[in-house]
Amino acid sequence: MDLNYTPEQEAFRTEVRQFLEDNLPDDIRERVQKRLRPDKAMTERWQKILFDKGWGASTWPKEYGGTGWDPIQQIIFEEERALAGAPRQLDFGLRMVAPVIMTFGNDEQKQRFLPGILSGEDWWCQGYSEPGAGSDLASLRTSAKREGDHYIVNGQKTWTTLGQHADWIFCLVRTSNEGKPQQGISFLLIDMNTPGIEVRPIIMLDGEHEINEVYFDNVKVPAENLIGEENQGWTYAKFLLGHERTGLANVGQWKAMMKRLKEVARQEQDGQRPLIENTRFRDRLAQLDAELRALELTVLRVLTDKRGPGPQASILKIRGTEIGQQLFEMLMEAGGQDAIAHIPEALELDYNGPRAGSMEATPSAGDYFNMRKLSIFGGSNEIQRNIISQLVLGL
Amino acid sequence: MNFDLSEEQQMLNDSLRRFVTNEYGFEKRGEIISSGTGIDRATWSNFAEMGLLGFTFPEDYDGLGGNAIDTMVVMENFGRGLVVEPYLATVVLAGGLIRDAGNDAQKADILPGITSGERLLALAHYEPGARYNLSHVQTTARKDGDHFQISGQKTAVLHGGQANQLIVSARTSGGVNDESGLSLFLVDSSAKGVKVDDFATHDGHRTAEISFSNVTVGADNLIGIIDEAFPAIEKAVDLGIAALCAEAVGAMEAMNAATLEYIKTRKQFGVPIGKFQVLQHRMADMFIQTEQTKTMAILAASEADSNDRASRREAISMAKTLVGQGARYVGQQGVQLHGGMGVTDEMFAAHLFKRLTLINLLFGDADHHLAQVSDGLLAKTA
Repeated sequence: MDLNYTPEQEAFRTEVRQFLEDNLPDDIRERVQKRLRPDKAMTERWQKILFDKGWGASTWPKEYGGTGWDPIQQIIFEEERALAGAPRQLDFGLRMVAPVIMTFGNDEQKQRFLPGILSGEDWWCQGYSEPGAGSDLASLRTSAKREGDHYIVNGQKTWTTLGQHADWIFCLVRTSNEGKPQQGISFLLIDMNTPGIEVRPIIMLDGEHEINEVYFDNVKVPAENLIGEENQGWTYAKFLLGHERTGLANVGQWKAMMKRLKEVARQEQDGQRPLIENTRFRDRLAQLDAELRALELTVLRVLTDKRGPGPQASILKIRGTEIGQQLFEMLMEAGGQDAIAHIPEALELDYNGPRAGSMEATPSAGDYFNMRKLSIFGGSNEIQRNIISQLVLGL
Repeated sequence: MNFDLSEEQQMLNDSLRRFVTNEYGFEKRGEIISSGTGIDRATWSNFAEMGLLGFTFPEDYDGLGGNAIDTMVVMENFGRGLVVEPYLATVVLAGGLIRDAGNDAQKADILPGITSGERLLALAHYEPGARYNLSHVQTTARKDGDHFQISGQKTAVLHGGQANQLIVSARTSGGVNDESGLSLFLVDSSAKGVKVDDFATHDGHRTAEISFSNVTVGADNLIGIIDEAFPAIEKAVDLGIAALCAEAVGAMEAMNAATLEYIKTRKQFGVPIGKFQVLQHRMADMFIQTEQTKTMAILAASEADSNDRASRREAISMAKTLVGQGARYVGQQGVQLHGGMGVTDEMFAAHLFKRLTLINLLFGDADHHLAQVSDGLLAKTA
């Protein structure tokens, strides 16, 4: 047992840090560090920079153009990435659909889809939830009927994050109504430019357009876009969710935010003293700091476990999202009443207008509202507790 | 970065697990607790034979040269079986202090005796009114020729009534709360002027209130540097905290296992109560708390031997904070899920709960250590 990083790992950290210092464009760094509105072009530009370096996919094996990094290297990369103020890469392609294609797709599908994900050329979104199928995902009704060498898809998906930018959507569709609901589900890749698809925005409580509804009206999808076997989609869907959850612990991001929160607590004034001297605030900060340390080491413990993460990944999802939400909450509270003004135009890089309070306070309440999603998506934290009680505790 | 036990540690773990299951059962433990001394000499000899008592001592003094990770493995198993023997008092605290602060003669005199199981020692440090403040010492040691005269009152001396010798902290200079001016002395429990009041604790261990009235000790009984004992005391307590964190993990895992078993078999409304989602989620939260605690116990053990004070203290206090909170949650909820049975003396869960509760109260509770972490944040500002 040794909780220190090896000299090789430290050298790797230095290499990543140096690369970020040399290659992260200033405007991207500024946008991320000031927590301004995310921008499609920025995300694509950053993915291209990483791709050119050969670091387009930190979690992929080398044979598909990934880095081949081990879990510790991936964690180090994420930590340094967040600390430097580089954007988080998009999960939907890289961490969600790609592992499914690698594991269950055929060679043709791998050659066709993986390169576009790696370079950032293809933007993916997720078609899982439906208005009537949230936590009870298996009750989904969007149907795909086989007609010759095509499927005809009808139905509606919802909560489709960044679907407005997407070129492709990976969908769970119903191909059979026989047997248990889980048994008639298939995993289908659909070109978002296909006639019959309509994307309608859902405005979130922070006033931002991040999620969408996606409607399918007799959408014709080539049968070669089916992953694996028909009616086996539930297996692939669960596999994907396992990958998603490990990433949702998001420790690198939270560590960078904790560092920022400590700085803010020193800058913000509480009467004649800095906020950090307010014992009640500082004690809560200390509690969160300890919990984040526990999360960080628990992630390392789980990811270095030779038996693999398994259903224990649910712990990481629960704790990671709870801690993330508390960080955003404290960041908002650090600004006090400076946080109350809603100035959406201040979320753009070129904004020079008036503000209420500090630059730091401007996005803080909006972010806090937005981040309530963390404990809801990716399988709500209550669903995670169901998973723990069933698969770990055997209840 | 790896979290695996070494092959030796894995073997130690396996044999301790067997020992606790087969030879330190609930009934046996009950007999030991209600015996006169509250400890079991045969078990202690057994520990000596297994090599447990000198695990962390240097090889030159009959030890095995182990570290706090080895102690973690031992204590986790002790927590699982609620072992009440004076391992923390004698081996971890007193043994650790002698190992880290004693001179060669003292090490040669004391450590082999601990290793063989012949000698029991205890650390007499905390005082009435000090609460968890380590520098608050009013007991005095007055130099008198080539002797010292010790007078004062010590509280919460774990297994003090069973010890042959006490390591006593006393003020040789400075004010009541000063970190400097503290010294450590080795005192025979039978020395003139030592009065020991031995008590059982709620969780089946033993504690003592000990007063010293003009107790005379020779200058060679001074352990470490005069006036400069504080860092050694602090480090010994940190070793003790790391050990308690590991013990809490074992007790929490045992509590989860016992509770899980109970809610799978206890039926109400025609079904096992573990079918109810409200209990399932409670159990899931107990499991999450335990995993987090386990991580922090590993962190504490990894840092406990470190001489980088700031880093060690931060890790230890973070660990004890979350362990205290986790122990409280798992203890309370374990009892709750056992229903009426949980508040009876016949249930192992009730005894686990009592130990978990007292672990939080020893060497600083969650609030105390959270304040330490919090003040550490302030210090970093300056």
